[in-house]
Amino acid sequence: MSLISMLARMEAVESGRAQPLATVRHRRLSERPLVLVPLTTAGEAGAPLGALVGTDPEEPRLLVVAQPRDRDLRFAFLADLAEEVLPYVDSFTDVVEAAERNEVDPESGKKVKVEVELCADAPQLIVPSRAGIEYVRLLGRSTRFRRTAEQDPETPFPAPPRVPLLGRWLTHFGERARVPGSSLLLAATDLLNRHWATGQSSLEDQHLGALLAWIDPTEGQPGAEAALRAEVGRDAQGQLLCPPAGPATDPAFDNRLLAPAIERYDRARQALGAAEDGEAADRGLGELHAAERELRRLVASQLKPTWDAVWRAVGLLRELPEGSRVEDRWTRDRWSFTGHRDRVTAGEPPQPRRDDAVTAASKLAAREQAQGQLEAQEALDDPLVLAGRRLAGEAFTAEVVEVTMAWTESKRPAPRPLLAVRTDDRPHLGEKTKVFRSLDGKPQAAEFVRHEEDGSLVLRVLDRMGRSREPAEGSVPEKGERISWTLFEHEQRVGPKLPDPEETPWTHGGPPRTDAVELPDAVTPEDVF
Amino acid sequence: MRVEPFDPGAAAGRATAGILANTLHGSSRGVVVDSPPGAGKSTLVVRAALELAAAGRPLMVVAQTNAQVDDLVLRLAAKEPGLEVGRLHSNDSDPYDKALDDLDNVRKSAKAGELAGLPVVLSTSAKWAHVKNVEPWAHAIVDEAYQMRSDALLAVAGLFERALFVGDPGQLDPFSVVGAEQWAGLSYDPSASAVSTLLAHNPELPQHRLPVSWRLPASAAPLVSDAFYPFTPFRSGTGPEDRKLSFSVPSDGSGPDRVLDEAAESGWGLLELPARRTPRTDPEAVGAVALVVRRLLDRGGVAVSEQSEQPVALTPDRVAVGTAHRDQAAAVRAALAALGVTGVTVDTANRLQGREYDVTVVLHPLSGRPDATAFHLETGRLCVLASRHRHACVVVCRAGVSELLDEHPSTEPVQLGAAVSFPDGWEANHAVLSHLAEHRVSWTP
Amino acid sequence: MPRPLDARALAALAANPGCRRRALLDGAGVDKSVLAAKLGSPAPFGQSQFAIVRGNSFEAKVKADGGRELLRLIGAEEPGEVSVPDLAAAGPEGRTARTALALREATGSGGWTLLDHPLLALEVAGSPVYLEPDAVVVRPDGGWTVVEIKSFPMIDGSADAAKVGAAARQAAVYVLALERVAARTEGARVAHSVVLVCPKDFSNVPTASVVDVRKQRSVTRRQLDRLTRIDEIAAAVPEGVSFDVAERSPEELAASVECVPHQYAPECLAACELAFHCRSRAREAGAVETLGRSVRAELGGLTTVGAVLAAARGEQGDPADPAVAALRRARSLRAEALATAGLPGGKALAGTEGPGCR
Repeated sequence: MSLISMLARMEAVESGRAQPLATVRHRRLSERPLVLVPLTTAGEAGAPLGALVGTDPEEPRLLVVAQPRDRDLRFAFLADLAEEVLPYVDSFTDVVEAAERNEVDPESGKKVKVEVELCADAPQLIVPSRAGIEYVRLLGRSTRFRRTAEQDPETPFPAPPRVPLLGRWLTHFGERARVPGSSLLLAATDLLNRHWATGQSSLEDQHLGALLAWIDPTEGQPGAEAALRAEVGRDAQGQLLCPPAGPATDPAFDNRLLAPAIERYDRARQALGAAEDGEAADRGLGELHAAERELRRLVASQLKPTWDAVWRAVGLLRELPEGSRVEDRWTRDRWSFTGHRDRVTAGEPPQPRRDDAVTAASKLAAREQAQGQLEAQEALDDPLVLAGRRLAGEAFTAEVVEVTMAWTESKRPAPRPLLAVRTDDRPHLGEKTKVFRSLDGKPQAAEFVRHEEDGSLVLRVLDRMGRSREPAEGSVPEKGERISWTLFEHEQRVGPKLPDPEETPWTHGGPPRTDAVELPDAVTPEDVF
Repeated sequence: MRVEPFDPGAAAGRATAGILANTLHGSSRGVVVDSPPGAGKSTLVVRAALELAAAGRPLMVVAQTNAQVDDLVLRLAAKEPGLEVGRLHSNDSDPYDKALDDLDNVRKSAKAGELAGLPVVLSTSAKWAHVKNVEPWAHAIVDEAYQMRSDALLAVAGLFERALFVGDPGQLDPFSVVGAEQWAGLSYDPSASAVSTLLAHNPELPQHRLPVSWRLPASAAPLVSDAFYPFTPFRSGTGPEDRKLSFSVPSDGSGPDRVLDEAAESGWGLLELPARRTPRTDPEAVGAVALVVRRLLDRGGVAVSEQSEQPVALTPDRVAVGTAHRDQAAAVRAALAALGVTGVTVDTANRLQGREYDVTVVLHPLSGRPDATAFHLETGRLCVLASRHRHACVVVCRAGVSELLDEHPSTEPVQLGAAVSFPDGWEANHAVLSHLAEHRVSWTP
Repeated sequence: MPRPLDARALAALAANPGCRRRALLDGAGVDKSVLAAKLGSPAPFGQSQFAIVRGNSFEAKVKADGGRELLRLIGAEEPGEVSVPDLAAAGPEGRTARTALALREATGSGGWTLLDHPLLALEVAGSPVYLEPDAVVVRPDGGWTVVEIKSFPMIDGSADAAKVGAAARQAAVYVLALERVAARTEGARVAHSVVLVCPKDFSNVPTASVVDVRKQRSVTRRQLDRLTRIDEIAAAVPEGVSFDVAERSPEELAASVECVPHQYAPECLAACELAFHCRSRAREAGAVETLGRSVRAELGGLTTVGAVLAAARGEQGDPADPAVAALRRARSLRAEALATAGLPGGKALAGTEGPGCR
């Protein structure tokens, strides 16, 4: 944690309210995000209990698995989830704009520009917390290899038709969320924590209710007090006032409310199955519906507060103006979305269980590049982020006190003006250290020349001054201008091209097997509970 | 039973002969050499390069930094001035050491094509990764292979048929600035070291190690070997009598002088300041480091070693200060400047890797800290700092580090299938501290 | 009735080894859950019955078929006859003796033996702690391997790293206890890798992974040695202090707890029953640790929020202290940036109306 964020936290302790960590919003917020609040069954992977999902804060769709151990009910849940998520995703696939992409022509080996489609906008999933993001990945993993009856008539437990496709999309969202600065899948807690400092630790900040208690408290209640209530406050029945944001439920809820309700449901199902006449069946059906209604009510009671909290977080973030370089990162998200759309359309198989060597290396490279890009862009967009870099000696804000024209000593002299600048910051400058400023949104480079005796610094401007002997209008800073310079580059260098997977070298095990088709997860009798 | 006296020269010679035989005449595609600090890694690389070149095998050399590449070029040229060498460099300004311009047979270019046909071409792994569409080299030498990431090897491995991988497994591991947990446990985890991927896929490759450290004195090799290389132990090439450090000016009885005497006598010295929580650039500790260096130079230090007939004066260029953080190094530089000391190297562990000095003064990474972190506990960091010296190492530290280590919570996550580094930094720190405790001098300015 | 320590509690010591309060209460066998409830900050821990049922049924499945399934997971090609000795005996001493005997017999037998819930003893701070691993396998070569059975899944060969870490620390305690027995058993050798058995992917089918616990073992060993210092901690506690949760009033208990210093950090919230109590005390004291252990790193000798803010504002502190100087620069840079953006130094955004966790 930087000293500046630490101070913000301490000010939050003192004032009882969260303090700003950013002056602009550093993530894209879609006009129409899809919020998903999932719950899972304790002790078992891939046994969802329920979810609230939808794009309208007033009209969430409630999905409940009355008996989480029942495979058919799980599939029904996933099918319903697919019916919410996939139409939403599809609503972004058809609106496209023309774009260009560099590709290597397979015949000439030269780089050529190719006209391609780029989706004009992309879907955005928002879940309550990081655990929610993990759960999206888990749902993706558990469904993308399922087989439908259409794909494989022999499969013993066919999945509903759109479930494997849901898995592929959720997997894509989950992978994209690992890219720094991406906004296709976001956690409400991460969004809030990026923009506000609370008076508690980052571990406690993972609790959405406690976090909001600091950022958006009710009537002057001090943050710590309100957060404590959100963390541990319980009603007369021993139930949490602010249920966990999932996907895990509160054990007290499981043991005191959920377990009896599921038992009642099981009994009703048994009774219905054992009904010997129409009257008993009617009665059984009535009891089953009642039990189911009760379960839906219970699960909804755990989900609704979190649903509202996520939308509150969205509302808070909407009040911040978007940083000017957020659009650039969102465009990358759109490329990512379009790329996956194309892979689905082309009938490619689902994402493999584990990346091959080349894919893993290229993902890592892309994410490191995105990380560097994000750090630079956030600092350029936001004086408060830049302040952290200035404190760290990685940037400085300085006033130009003198401009001396100078030129290169070549046949066609190019301008290399010297700037004397004055700053109170303490950048880590060494001989010929390069520094950059943003000029019309593009980086202009200068190099550090020397410290003057009066404490000012001398910089030599190196580029973006045009081709003539005289620098282009406005390209050289003027005396009296206050300019922020960074020691880090504004744009990331493109990494080397890796070999194609089929050319994986011997050091990395050679090309991956191509005959190994990803099989669906084994279905065993043990799965039937 | 009679114990044969250990002959370091013979042991090292046997190891080198085995490595060269495997490299030049073996049938495997790769050879891996583990080299502890100061075991002659660069000498080995130069020798292997010359022999491969002499055998007519086109050779590419992959190092990790431009400084390492330039250093190898200079060493090759010094050993074999007639050999034609290519230095492939980046398009940045000042891409290579200007000293290369004075060498007649070194050709420099940013384009691999312009260096084609030269017997040896050297560059960084980052630059090699951009080389495409060329005839593969028959042989490669990958230097500092433990500091190279697996994904960097993936990017260059298509350029060569066979390779000799050389490195020090005890130094700082490569790292990634973003999470790579999702690949933990995979044989080709892109964030792991190149050697771990290589060996996971090619476990049959011959693995050698250089058994003798020519740098570390007899007082340091056992500690460094036990604490950092317990499964691949090494010995010092010199005996206790081969190296001597002495001062012409006697001690004034101050802490710095007494710790210098202790270090001159035993090879190690711990200058302990009173326990206190401090910021990283603890002014007292920084001041103590600077004062130790000042006294070291003022007292007319003289080093006797196997390298020269005559005692050698301890001049500033034979002394280095090591820290964990850059701001600490900057603070020490400022403190030295204030004491009028120039010419002493002051740098972080990362930058001191591979370097060698007569005497080192180390600001202990955990000195004055309220807690230990993974960064400060990293085994390689301490190993680098404790293994740069030929004669003596003085550690400056606040009291209380042992308690700090004991109170360090141990709740690390464990990734299935990922190799565990053991001993870890916690264990190694304890080992080094308990050894240093025997050479403790309390701070009295 | 003191609550005996178990492997989980011993392993948890490593979560905050510097905390004297925890060391003393655990060493004295105080039930911290009851204590926390009496102090008015009940521990929020609990276990869902769904998880318990599932865990039990999974373990039963792993050990089915006379242990053959488990041995296959461990890598025994064809285990042949697997011996599963009866370890029942009266009392913990009887059971540990029975376990030791079974281990001795198995080690000499040259075959595979599965010890189902053996009981091991480990001396901690002068009194024996009884430990019950899920299973120990004795190999034909005399090697002993600890088996941990957990119900979190291994999906595509990887599992939740935090949970695996906790399992490894717990298993390391068993390894240490087994080593005491092995020291007295000829031909015995305790493996420093344990076998972790978990459900595979989304099924109920067991799968196994070998986990190297050398590191956890050496840390735990050192922590256990340090536990002997409980006497020293106890000696510093004033006469008359008692943690008798049944007899003492909440006020008395609170006063007793206050006598032993804590070392609260936010990580405690997930690891110690008393954490909410200690947190409120740490917050009252303004301890900077309440914001995270790492916060201290750049603050030098400043240990309270009040002192840090006062130093940052120039009200206190020596400007020559690098920590104070850095704080002042940080504060002025922050204020400058907020002013640039037109935000007042302390204003948070106005709330929106809505229900939820209010």
